Amino acid sequence: MERVLGIILSLISETDNSQNMNEFQNSKKPRSIKLEGSIVKWLFFACAAVSILTTIGILFTLFYQALSFFDEISVWDFLTGTRWTPILKPRSYGVLPLVSGTLLVTSIAAAVALPVGLMTAIFLSEYAPDKLRRILKPVLEILAGVPTVVYGYFALTFVTPLLQTFLDDLIIFNALSAGLVMGVMIIPMVSSLSEDAMIAVPRSLREGAYALGATRYEVSLRIVVPSALSGIIAAFILALSRAIGETMLVTIAAGATPRLTLNPMESIQTMTAYIVQLSLGEAPVGSLEYNTIFAVGLVLFAMTLMMNLLGFWFVRKYREIY
Amino acid sequence: MKSSNIDIKSQLVQRRKLRKFLGVFFYGLFLSAVLVGVIGLGVLLFEILSNGIPWINWQFLTDYPSRHPEEAGLYSAFMGTMWVMGMTAVLTVPVGVGAAIYLEEYAADNFLTRLIEINVANLAGVPSIVYGLLGMGLFVYWMGLGRTILAGAMTLSLLVLPIVILASREAIKAVPGSYRQGAYAMGADKWQVIKGVVLPSAIPGILTGTILALSRAIGEAAPVIAISALVYLTFTPTHPMERFTVLPIQIFNWIARPQDEFRSLAAAGIIVLLFILLVMNSIAVFLRNKYQIRSEE
Repeated sequence: MERVLGIILSLISETDNSQNMNEFQNSKKPRSIKLEGSIVKWLFFACAAVSILTTIGILFTLFYQALSFFDEISVWDFLTGTRWTPILKPRSYGVLPLVSGTLLVTSIAAAVALPVGLMTAIFLSEYAPDKLRRILKPVLEILAGVPTVVYGYFALTFVTPLLQTFLDDLIIFNALSAGLVMGVMIIPMVSSLSEDAMIAVPRSLREGAYALGATRYEVSLRIVVPSALSGIIAAFILALSRAIGETMLVTIAAGATPRLTLNPMESIQTMTAYIVQLSLGEAPVGSLEYNTIFAVGLVLFAMTLMMNLLGFWFVRKYREIY
Repeated sequence: MKSSNIDIKSQLVQRRKLRKFLGVFFYGLFLSAVLVGVIGLGVLLFEILSNGIPWINWQFLTDYPSRHPEEAGLYSAFMGTMWVMGMTAVLTVPVGVGAAIYLEEYAADNFLTRLIEINVANLAGVPSIVYGLLGMGLFVYWMGLGRTILAGAMTLSLLVLPIVILASREAIKAVPGSYRQGAYAMGADKWQVIKGVVLPSAIPGILTGTILALSRAIGEAAPVIAISALVYLTFTPTHPMERFTVLPIQIFNWIARPQDEFRSLAAAGIIVLLFILLVMNSIAVFLRNKYQIRSEE
């Protein structure tokens, strides 16, 4: 996944230089060949347009269903309400508990993944010999490729019991263990994007510092990290956006009790976990419950979209510098 | 004068000692950060293997789910996964490769092209559960496909489309310009060059990217739950308009039960899932290596 992101980022910041050799083309082709050529061109364009249609489809679906939700529940009540009980009476539709649950788990994940991921990136880019790096990178790639149900299983059946041995108050479903495991899960994303940014720092900057007598850690922390800062920030933002959208892990391990709390020992519910919970129950189409998941989905989509755009902006910034 | 010189000298010695110590300290710190990920993966795999392996046998692979853990199997989920993946591949590859060809070979450097590129990048970052909502709202209900394999495959194919497009673009970009120029020099037109030269040389790269994209789709549970819901199936699908379940959902189902036996069954299911992913990734790596050797010749 983080490899894909790397490719995306490299594509975004490139200018298109595929202006081809049209002018050299022979204009005396038989008509059928020319016709074929122009038909396939439009076909390929249609394929590319599918991606635009997907975005329109997402926006349309989310807004269309969410609007019928907001016919009955005011946007203000939805965004500022502190109780989320759409299935139980008395019904209440304040999304804040779900948002706070998501942010709580994401913060715990960030506390693990950001420092560890950054230090991993420093080790890989500045310290590790080539041979070691060629072993470590695929191992981290595996970590990124493991399906998220597997992490859910791990959090629930291994990490939670382990934490319970020294945290007496910890209940089975809790934000802490889901957040910790999610942190490990997004380490590769932070590290590989940060490493890309560090590798882009020109050698001459490092050599200048070494020539002045700097040691390896001084070069790493005072030259490479500051120079790659916007790329590192981008890595942080994109990894957090991934954490916000992560679904199965929190559905399995973090619980199903929407609660406005900062206590990581308690059971909470994230936006994504709520969507899964309701999908499992086959809510009748067009009912208010059915529409809630699209309203929640809209909030989720808006949050991740803003973070992704911000992340891409930072990436573009560091690519402009070097 | 002399004494202050000695002072400075001893300060320098002190400072050098500190910097040496910090050097070792930071090396240890960075190394232990790497080990967090490596050890995490090791413990995860050990946990799953030690819990799951005793439950893996022929009956587990060929039986339908059951309320009795010792009789339960994942045959219907396995077949569902195969159906959904096959159809996802069929739907995704032509569109993804077509879009990549358009962006690499035809698209002019204008607003529309940039819009498509940024859009593809953003789609890759959309949470998978949002694709599930798209599939549920659009395919299952609006288009009336119902909770079927086809709706699931269409949803997953939109999910992995950005990955296939990006991988195919990389593969097309890697075809040397001299190949194209050679073909143009022989009088071929653009489409003939693409069809006869660019695509054949890009196919290994495209295949590698597609396999990796599919291995992402195989592990996805969230969007498929939105499409299929949690069903208890004791038949295997025979056509695309039937209901289905997939391996990650079956695993989720077992995890969600409180009994320890079902947890172990979940671990066994995870082993099967990871084994499939391992096979797919090995094929992808094999293709990549073979392709790299070829292009060096």
